[in-house]
Amino acid sequence: MTLTAQEFAFISGLVRRDAAIVLETGKEYLVEARLLPLARQLGVATVSEFVNRAQHRPEPETHRRIVDALTTNETSFFRDGEPFSQLVSTVLPDMLTRRAANRNIKIWSAACSSGQEPYTLAMVLQDAMPPGWSFDIVGTDISQEMLGRAEAGQYSQLEINRGLPATLLVRHFERNGANWRVSPALRKSVTFKRLNLAAPFPSLGPFDIVFIRNVLIYFDVQTKRSVLQRVASTLRPDGWLFLGSAETTIGIDDRFERVVTGRTSAYRLRSAPKTAPVSALGKG
Amino acid sequence: MLTMVIDDSRAMRLILKRIVAQLGFEVVEASNGKEAMDYLTSTLEGGTEAPGLALVDWNMPEMNGLEFVTAVRAEPRLRSMTLMMVTTESEQSQIVRALAAGAHEYVIKPFTPDAIIDKLALLGLLPNGVAA
Repeated sequence: MTLTAQEFAFISGLVRRDAAIVLETGKEYLVEARLLPLARQLGVATVSEFVNRAQHRPEPETHRRIVDALTTNETSFFRDGEPFSQLVSTVLPDMLTRRAANRNIKIWSAACSSGQEPYTLAMVLQDAMPPGWSFDIVGTDISQEMLGRAEAGQYSQLEINRGLPATLLVRHFERNGANWRVSPALRKSVTFKRLNLAAPFPSLGPFDIVFIRNVLIYFDVQTKRSVLQRVASTLRPDGWLFLGSAETTIGIDDRFERVVTGRTSAYRLRSAPKTAPVSALGKG
Repeated sequence: MLTMVIDDSRAMRLILKRIVAQLGFEVVEASNGKEAMDYLTSTLEGGTEAPGLALVDWNMPEMNGLEFVTAVRAEPRLRSMTLMMVTTESEQSQIVRALAAGAHEYVIKPFTPDAIIDKLALLGLLPNGVAA
């Protein structure tokens, strides 16, 4: 059964209110596809009936699960490849000179879904950081279920086949029945937290590098602007920001400037000191 | 790029062939390692183009995938050939063996077409304009 306009309006209103995600008319198919498994799980035969119940018997837990189901996005290890190459070839060398005093780099992987991006960052950094340096990675997502998966670090055969180099698979993962689990050492290097990007960020950061990819595209301009404003406040003045390949700060937040690195772009605050402090050079 | 698809299952060869053909790759098929090695030897002797990439099953009659990878790596004239195992062998120790023998990448069956494309991207083998 197809959703009525009124039922769709209820769902799009809920997702907009709780996650600032814009679901335009025409996305009914998406709502039905994402909510059907949830409806079935709760013993309701159709999405329409499920939505009606959620509307007339509002329960925060059901609402949270609806928002969860509609905000879960595709991810894979080393997604889009290039940002990780640029992290190693351009951003890390810059950060190593700037952070030579405390030898620690802090990274935030925002909207990290089931955790492939923060674990990719951990694998990359473990190889790229010189001895004596440490790093901390924080992965956040709005979905409690996705965070549970991310924390468990357990992935199916199909998931580990996607984009993960075989050399890293055998180094950082262990077979666990039909699945593969991230090694305890790698899991220890990532901390996961629930965070709604559309609401104020509670005590987060500051970070040297922020990855917030393929999430701004779901927001309207006003929400993009307020998210970028809050991201800017968590970023150290000389830090780096990575967005998805179809996203930009241009025309949304002029405090950022685009820096072309290889075949991709990263962003920095215009106020960033252009060169690393000379006193730090040579200590790395 | 000329690509060898080496698998004793005709259906699997067809699936892999379709995936790489979409990228504009030309495909040569072989149903086991020996047949593939015979073909490579003939290209080397005849001076014709050797494949730049091979997708290799593990369990095949006559010469298995691991033996094939070892044989290719022992031939200096095939040094530039990229080897990707595509197999049901999913034990960690088997993956380590294949990499140690000289395979560049490893995809475990069953797989989605994206898995092959992603791995080709990692190896820098996607044609310009094709995104993973």
